[in-house]
Amino acid sequence: MPAADQNSLKKTPLYDLHLSLGAKMVEFAGYSMPVQYPAGVLKEHLHTREKAGLFDVSHMGQAFLRTTEAAIGTGEAHEKIADAIETLVPGEVRKLKKGGIRYTVLLSEKGGVLDDLMITRPARDEFQGTLFLVVNAATKDDDFALIEKTLCGRAQMERLDAHSLLALQGPAAAGVIETLAPGSAAQPFMTIARHEWKGAEIFVSRCGYTGEDGFELSVPNSHAELLAKALLAAPEVEPIGLGARDSLRLEAGLCLYGHDLTPETSPIEGNIAFAVGKRRREEGGFPGAARIQRELSEGPKRLRVGLAPEGRAPAREGAEIQSTDGKKIGEVTSGGFGPSAGAPVAMGYVDAEFSKTGTQVNLIVRGKPLSAVVADMPFVPHRYYRG
Amino acid sequence: MTVKYTEDHEWVKAEGDAYVIGISAHAAEQLGDVVFVELPEVGKTFAKGDEMAVVESVKAASDVYAPISGDIVEVNNAIVDEPAKVNEDPQGGAWFVKIKPSNSAELDALMDEGAYKDFAGNS
Repeated sequence: MPAADQNSLKKTPLYDLHLSLGAKMVEFAGYSMPVQYPAGVLKEHLHTREKAGLFDVSHMGQAFLRTTEAAIGTGEAHEKIADAIETLVPGEVRKLKKGGIRYTVLLSEKGGVLDDLMITRPARDEFQGTLFLVVNAATKDDDFALIEKTLCGRAQMERLDAHSLLALQGPAAAGVIETLAPGSAAQPFMTIARHEWKGAEIFVSRCGYTGEDGFELSVPNSHAELLAKALLAAPEVEPIGLGARDSLRLEAGLCLYGHDLTPETSPIEGNIAFAVGKRRREEGGFPGAARIQRELSEGPKRLRVGLAPEGRAPAREGAEIQSTDGKKIGEVTSGGFGPSAGAPVAMGYVDAEFSKTGTQVNLIVRGKPLSAVVADMPFVPHRYYRG
Repeated sequence: MTVKYTEDHEWVKAEGDAYVIGISAHAAEQLGDVVFVELPEVGKTFAKGDEMAVVESVKAASDVYAPISGDIVEVNNAIVDEPAKVNEDPQGGAWFVKIKPSNSAELDALMDEGAYKDFAGNS
């Protein structure tokens, strides 16, 4: 693996901390990011599921989107900004509760996924009319440009490039966050709360990308390292790199944008129909609505499914999926070894007729067919906080 | 004979009239936690440079190439059953295969310990 060329890459405010922790740095989405620390991917993965792992996800894109069609904090402000963003995403934003977070996707005119993202409605009355967006690192410039252009005259974007994003994930996360941001342990899943911490305003979201209970903390860059060190000071917390982040989300059945979701795949094919709100399915009014409505009623031609290879050999991204009689029926989009599952796990797209759980398929690995079965996801049960 | 190394990070060591082959400690460290090993069948013949075995870590799959030409006379199934052994003892108990060479002169082209250390340090 080539070492990241540190000079040409962007750095997060935690770069020096990563180096001091012995991280192996690699290029990811134009950033020099820690792929692993000395413990290694396997131990980092297991530690996160057992205790708590700290992830630097500051490369992701954060922004506030504010309506310009009503005064912020007024009664109609949320509806205005929700209606505006709903022209780009199929998620239910209008009925999102104050402080609620929603997972949805940015769509192309063809109904393909341009990115997946989190949209948060502020909790406090005086901020209504604002949405907090978190998008993927590799797509953030395109996403923000598209939103700004499409919503020109309706909304204004403020990129939060001076904010870092830290994730603390795992069963011990709530207890640790509680000591810094009191009340967090009882904060509902998929909600945000604002806290003051050492003179800085931090936003604490109860969500994540590992399948575990956990939090994402948006913090000014000035306080990012201080916050990371405060979290790492807890005996339950270890730093976790992108390697384990990938194996954790794969076991949790969560999509990696650019791999499991692309501009070619619709959210229905991607098996994330929950990203399309109930009201929105009927009303439409988002890009590619005709395709998505058709796929919802008739079923998609292909579907993202979980794949459990038999034996121990992992099948990786790009492996062809064949029916047992040797016809190509799809392709693996993510795959590897699941440390908690104790077995190889994968996901990929297959023709709809092969998408039923339990269907026998072959994955072509190094030219040889590897038996696998279409499996329910997640591979490791989600353990989100349910109160 | 001393241990010799390839540029693909395999090691070779004489044992009777065969040679034991494995992957270097440097390679094992670079790969990270090994989760899968596939070994060839005993009796198979390889030419120098052929893909002979596969080792996969949590991160990636990697081929293991035959450092010398010859026939496989023994394989180490212990590392198939417990791939983590490759990280624990890559240059000892976690050897991969034993080859009976068809052309021992090929060994001359391999690096000795010092040359390999320089090579691995720069790779």
